[in-house]
Amino acid sequence: MSFWRKIACAVLLLVVTASLAANWLAPAGYAKQDREAAGAPPSHAHWLGTDEIGRDRFARVLYGTRISLLLAPAAALISTLLAALVGGLAGYLGGAWARAAMTVTDLFLSLPWLFLLITVRAMLPLNVSPAFSVLVTFLILGLLGWTAAARVLCASGGSLRNSDFVRQARASGIRGTRLFWIHVLPNMTPVLYAQFWISIPAFILSEANLGILGLGVAEPLPSWGSLLKEIEGLVSVGEEPWKFVPLILLVVVVTSFQLVLSKQDEVAA
Amino acid sequence: MLVRFGKPIAVAAFCLAALTGGALAQGQLRFCLRSEPKTFDPLKVEDDASAAIRYLTGGVLVRLNRQTQAVEPGLATSWKISKDSRQITFKLHSGVSFSDGTPFSAEDVAYTVQQLMDPALHSATGDTFRSGTGKPETKITSPTEISITFPAPVAGLDRQFDQVAMLSAHSPKKEMAVLGPFMVADYKPGAAVLLKRNPNYWKTDEQGRKLPYLDSIELDIQPNRDVEMLRFKRNEIDLINTLDSEYFDKLASASQNIAHDAGPSLDSEQMWFNQISKAPIPEYKKKWFRSVTFRRAISQAINRSDMARVVFRGHAQPAVGPVSPANKFWFNSKLKPEVCSPDAALKALQKEGFHLENGTLKDMQGNEVVFSIITNSGNKYRERMATMIQEDLQKIGIHVNVVTLDFPSLLERMTQTSDYEAVLLGLTNTGLDPNEVMNVWLSSSENHQWNPSEKTPETPWEAEIDNLMRAQASAADPKKRKESFDRVQEIAVEQEPFIYLVNRNALSAISANVQNASPVILVPQTYWNAERLSLK
Amino acid sequence: MLGRKIARHGLILVATALLGGFLSAAMVRLAPGFDTDEAALDPHLTSQSIQALRQARTEQHNIFRFYLHSLQLAMHGDLGTSVSLRRPVSTLLQDRFPLTLRLVSLGLVMGWAAVIALAFTTALLRVAAYDLLATFLTGLMICIPAAVLALLSVLWNIPGALAIALIIFPRDYRYVHNLLNKAYSMPHIVTARAKGLSELRILFWHVVPSAGPQLLALAGVSVSLAIGAAIPVEALCGLAGIGQLAWQAALARDLPLLMNITVLVTLVTLLANSSADVIGHVWRGQQA
Repeated sequence: MSFWRKIACAVLLLVVTASLAANWLAPAGYAKQDREAAGAPPSHAHWLGTDEIGRDRFARVLYGTRISLLLAPAAALISTLLAALVGGLAGYLGGAWARAAMTVTDLFLSLPWLFLLITVRAMLPLNVSPAFSVLVTFLILGLLGWTAAARVLCASGGSLRNSDFVRQARASGIRGTRLFWIHVLPNMTPVLYAQFWISIPAFILSEANLGILGLGVAEPLPSWGSLLKEIEGLVSVGEEPWKFVPLILLVVVVTSFQLVLSKQDEVAA
Repeated sequence: MLVRFGKPIAVAAFCLAALTGGALAQGQLRFCLRSEPKTFDPLKVEDDASAAIRYLTGGVLVRLNRQTQAVEPGLATSWKISKDSRQITFKLHSGVSFSDGTPFSAEDVAYTVQQLMDPALHSATGDTFRSGTGKPETKITSPTEISITFPAPVAGLDRQFDQVAMLSAHSPKKEMAVLGPFMVADYKPGAAVLLKRNPNYWKTDEQGRKLPYLDSIELDIQPNRDVEMLRFKRNEIDLINTLDSEYFDKLASASQNIAHDAGPSLDSEQMWFNQISKAPIPEYKKKWFRSVTFRRAISQAINRSDMARVVFRGHAQPAVGPVSPANKFWFNSKLKPEVCSPDAALKALQKEGFHLENGTLKDMQGNEVVFSIITNSGNKYRERMATMIQEDLQKIGIHVNVVTLDFPSLLERMTQTSDYEAVLLGLTNTGLDPNEVMNVWLSSSENHQWNPSEKTPETPWEAEIDNLMRAQASAADPKKRKESFDRVQEIAVEQEPFIYLVNRNALSAISANVQNASPVILVPQTYWNAERLSLK
Repeated sequence: MLGRKIARHGLILVATALLGGFLSAAMVRLAPGFDTDEAALDPHLTSQSIQALRQARTEQHNIFRFYLHSLQLAMHGDLGTSVSLRRPVSTLLQDRFPLTLRLVSLGLVMGWAAVIALAFTTALLRVAAYDLLATFLTGLMICIPAAVLALLSVLWNIPGALAIALIIFPRDYRYVHNLLNKAYSMPHIVTARAKGLSELRILFWHVVPSAGPQLLALAGVSVSLAIGAAIPVEALCGLAGIGQLAWQAALARDLPLLMNITVLVTLVTLLANSSADVIGHVWRGQQA
């Protein structure tokens, strides 16, 4: 295991442990409003200061990590699998299958999915539990986020279909799903890993934006996305730099994921 | 060089001054509109951006002075209202022309009124005059005198004409021929509207100089408040008409006399419960929401002072009732603000049969008291207020789910499907007269938010409000009107169909370059005297 | 033969775009809030006026009839009238399309220039520290919300196209980086290196051609990403383009406008991706 991969694994472990230990590290909790100290800078009582209504930002980062770190990779996995199925399979089959699949993919890329999301929100009861709302949000993100990678995978599948090793495998009598799953798909892993890695921060940010539609994490639950929205109002980095901690944490986690995945990528090759 | 050409330059300057009637050429004022204007037709205005353009370009018969809140002559030199408040007679200025040179006369007033009151137009401005069925009649007695008779009394008749910009009956430019200080010179969709000085504007200042002082006004279309603030800080715009409270302190600390707090505005933030009998919500919840004890307890449990202090950074006041104290004449000064007392709220609920069980409030049937508050997304103040209400009610065992929705979805739930439990929204009052909110208080009205379009009033207090609002609308004596409306306010506070939360302060930002600015609480706060603004 | 292929392809393109228009119209029509108008909350309005506001969209209730009628009008160059802006849709699109085209094109060029520069230098140098730095930099960029990038572009007076480039660059870089890495691991590259070919030659003559079809597909998809990125950038930077128009139309449930914007976006997406497919197909053929 390379040095950087070890560091990446350690970082991820630290982050996960800290989020699971949130009850002890931040006993005040993520919802308690210290209204006398609203919008306060970091202090002994509030290590990362408080948000606009006095909630401890450090606690919210820790608890938000649980939601974002669990669900965003899960949604990324869904979108990656769908991309593999639709794009990879279409590319492998080729011909009319590929054309039809890519036409559907292009259509998917162009449609205003905002309205589907609004409709989903309308179908959910208003008093749905925050946990269910979050699950539905990330599930939808996973179901909609496969299109870009599918196109690239289709091209990849097309190249692999006529490659020497696939011809050899076919000549050896290996066909159909076995040929696809055992020989073709593993050679698409660079794109699949890229898709997975890109999707994690993209879904975290999208979840926050979906708050506009009533989806996403409901108050008072925090998520990285909702914490990152705080920096949208910041016109000067120097004003309140502690608000950037969730961003720094996200970058560190995303980079760590990439370092872990890149080792897998080398192994597959 | 100057000595040699001094005399010709002086002569040229004198000629230029003479040609411009001695107007003070004073540059271009710049500020932002928060949305694209939908129309330049003053009679069809229904959005803020179009209203801003109407204010700056429209010539009106009377003008409500936003500072003194008194009605002043405009294009009309004087006016007389009949005792029954059905007829108003205007005497007009003579020698006035539209921006394209077309003469203005009583005929144009008659034309404007006819267009405004066309039932097919469905104009919000026209509807304020529609107190009864039938069309108004106009009688032109001379080119500078006209009487307008309405089918039914119109309360505050003269004030309503502040919103009626005159159209020309003859100009080929139609609504683009204006009588106001400025006229639309250019419009880049999505980007900006440029207003230029109306060369035929009829007003002069006390020294006889032609108004307006400004050459032009550039209105940039910018919905994002952060970008608007950024541009103000970089001197790319000269004023922010409604400033967010979180930016107020930043500007005030950076420089004095730039950020202005004119005190409580007419606007309020409020929440209400769904009291519609046919609403698709559980019957036991309807029972809660229709109970005045429940509503009052919720109101008592909410900490309004904290809201004003935390959410609005002290630039708001806890609301007392439906009328802001800024509305000096109509505010019922006998009303006192609600004192936050979760203990008293809990006691009141317990008397109604609610009880606490493991920190959760339950009703007599054992149903947990859980309900949702919906509000519009993108309004960070409302989102914070809703979260604070969630925390306040948690203290008395009530669990609140905060749901932010995009505005059309919110509107559909409120006005069509009635599929909501509680709503948190604000009311923007552009005028002072209670007649302007008649449709909020009449039980038969579509805008009677908590239970719209009632065939007959479902409660005695709603029936009383109906009678009182109709009484004040038909009364000519302001004292009698005030008595009736004071009682409406008392009922509103007793019954809490709306739980009034805060009255936001009127905050604005004006660059030090702008002269003669005097921010007020009435819309438009900063450029209400645009014709007298100038730049250093 | 080629002509028939092109004609068939063109027909599929147009049919797909029209299907996209219909589907988007259906989504807008069925989404909550369609029949609402904020103006209805104005307390000055009488019941009759509020009813009139609600009736304003009656013709749009039956989506099939509305769509057919829109197609008929479109044949005569009339794309309908925007409900929210009260202007002809064709005028709105004509006024705003050039700006978005410029923005998106420049953004794509700049984004891909950055992708190629960083990905190729990473591939050539093969230095772990450089790769790590590139990973960190792209990780940072991908984690910054698009709205923040757009705000920063206003703050620092950066052109909107650069903000778009910064949004698409980290996403495309990761794909390109992984594709190049994969291509480098192929046996014939190992052989080429063993035979002493220069790194530049290996990269441009063997690695890039091998990953070519995927890179082209990615380039095609980038067009959609760039159009999507244009929405927050235009909205925040106050640029009067299609992106800003689309956002306003979505908030107002402006059916005629949204439908036409979707058709336009679908056409552009299809053209971009089809071109990438065709070039990729030819490329693969040449490689074979």
